[in-house]
Amino acid sequence: MEGEFAEMGKYIGVGLTAIGMGGAAIGVGNIAGNFLSGALRNPSAAAGQTAMLFIGIAFAEALGIFSFLVALLLMFAV
Amino acid sequence: MASDSGFEIRPMDQFEVKALFGGDIYWYTPTNVTLWMALTVLAASALMIYGARGRALVPSRAQSAAEMTYGFIYNMVRDVAGHDAVRFFPYIFTLFMFVLFANLLGLIPFAFTTTSHIAVTAVLAFTVFLTVTGLGFILNGTKFLGLFWVSSAPLALRPVLALIELISYFARPISHSIRLAGAMMAGHAVAKVFAGFASALGAAFFVPVLAVTALYALELLVAVIQAYVFTILTCVYLRDALHPSH
Amino acid sequence: MDETAASGSGMPQLDITTFSNQIFWLIVTLVVLYYVMSRVALPRVAAVLADRRGTITSDIAAAEEFKLKAQEAEDAYKTAMVDARAEANRIVEAAKAEMQAELDVQLAKADAEIAAKSAESERRIREIRDSALAMVTEVSQDITADVLGVFDAKADQGSVTAAVSARMKGGA
Repeated sequence: MEGEFAEMGKYIGVGLTAIGMGGAAIGVGNIAGNFLSGALRNPSAAAGQTAMLFIGIAFAEALGIFSFLVALLLMFAV
Repeated sequence: MASDSGFEIRPMDQFEVKALFGGDIYWYTPTNVTLWMALTVLAASALMIYGARGRALVPSRAQSAAEMTYGFIYNMVRDVAGHDAVRFFPYIFTLFMFVLFANLLGLIPFAFTTTSHIAVTAVLAFTVFLTVTGLGFILNGTKFLGLFWVSSAPLALRPVLALIELISYFARPISHSIRLAGAMMAGHAVAKVFAGFASALGAAFFVPVLAVTALYALELLVAVIQAYVFTILTCVYLRDALHPSH
Repeated sequence: MDETAASGSGMPQLDITTFSNQIFWLIVTLVVLYYVMSRVALPRVAAVLADRRGTITSDIAAAEEFKLKAQEAEDAYKTAMVDARAEANRIVEAAKAEMQAELDVQLAKADAEIAAKSAESERRIREIRDSALAMVTEVSQDITADVLGVFDAKADQGSVTAAVSARMKGGA
């Protein structure tokens, strides 16, 4: 394969994978916002649910980190 | 990297494993991994043993921190995984202390972050995975497979759901390990890139320096939250092994 | 980053040659940390926490006891207060009654004295009146006798007296 074109495609791909992190950002924001609106409606129940909040954030964030990982792999390992 | 534009940022160099005393790396060679893991053990012991050495009725600050860490993890294990999971508390506490202090020590400038390596986090996550799976089969026998057979769903859907559950079950250790390593790696790499900008921008160096400062605060938060998340997910998996019915 | 650098300086995380080293030291670390934590640190902290919980429970119990005692003391104080008040009332009542009795005695005495004095005065008045009446009678008899003497009318002493007193009685 031509080195120049391969290099170009690689960087374009890296840029595209960065979009995936935006999706994770939306997901995490959605979780935190919904938690907050629920917590404001019923503050007494909020304290018991922070663990669920963090679990949800962790799951949503993991997918963003996967896209980051793909970007890193493209950048450095391919 | 932009090696032709006058400056070069090598954000991945900080993750290199180097032998402490030079030479080739074999499995027994003392490397910076050894050094920083030893420091992790020292820091955790310093908090939990040296900090709590007073055993005072009214605790000092360090003792208070040690007791709060203990109580925090203890309550997490009890609330998330159930009362019968308390016997695994030392194991989970060890995991938490290791991940927490490895993350925090990695934030020291020029430090090496052991938890940013897939190999390390994968061993942690697969240890949890294998322990939990083995425990599930030992404690519940074949009833442990009920975890994949969603009895509340319509019968026609159950095989499909079972397949999805099975895949997500085996994806657990992968996401468990990559989440931690990725979060650590991402933060450190981004900090390194910003720091590289500072040297390249000349007079406007303070902009990336401020950005790195803010990022560092965020990274402190991420370091603690990732340790928390790693531990709480361990508790969630443990709960599935102890009570597969729900 | 070309293919030749990928295993070396590309991404150190994917450099498989260092995996055995990392895994070996990780396992060593985890085992050491597990033993340090589960054998030394956690039992100590647990003991301190249990100690504190025991102390706090006993302190709370002691505080409860002290509270009860304070309650008792307050009750005793209240009853003492009520008693004292009743006692004071009783004393005041007694003093009042005593004073009333004294007053009654004095009043009775004064009344008696007044009665005695007025009786004496009345008696004196009656005496005066009687003596005056007797004098009037005597004077009337004398005058009557004198008048009768002037007119040379014969009249003995007895009829004069009777006539005068009959007249006086009728006049009176």
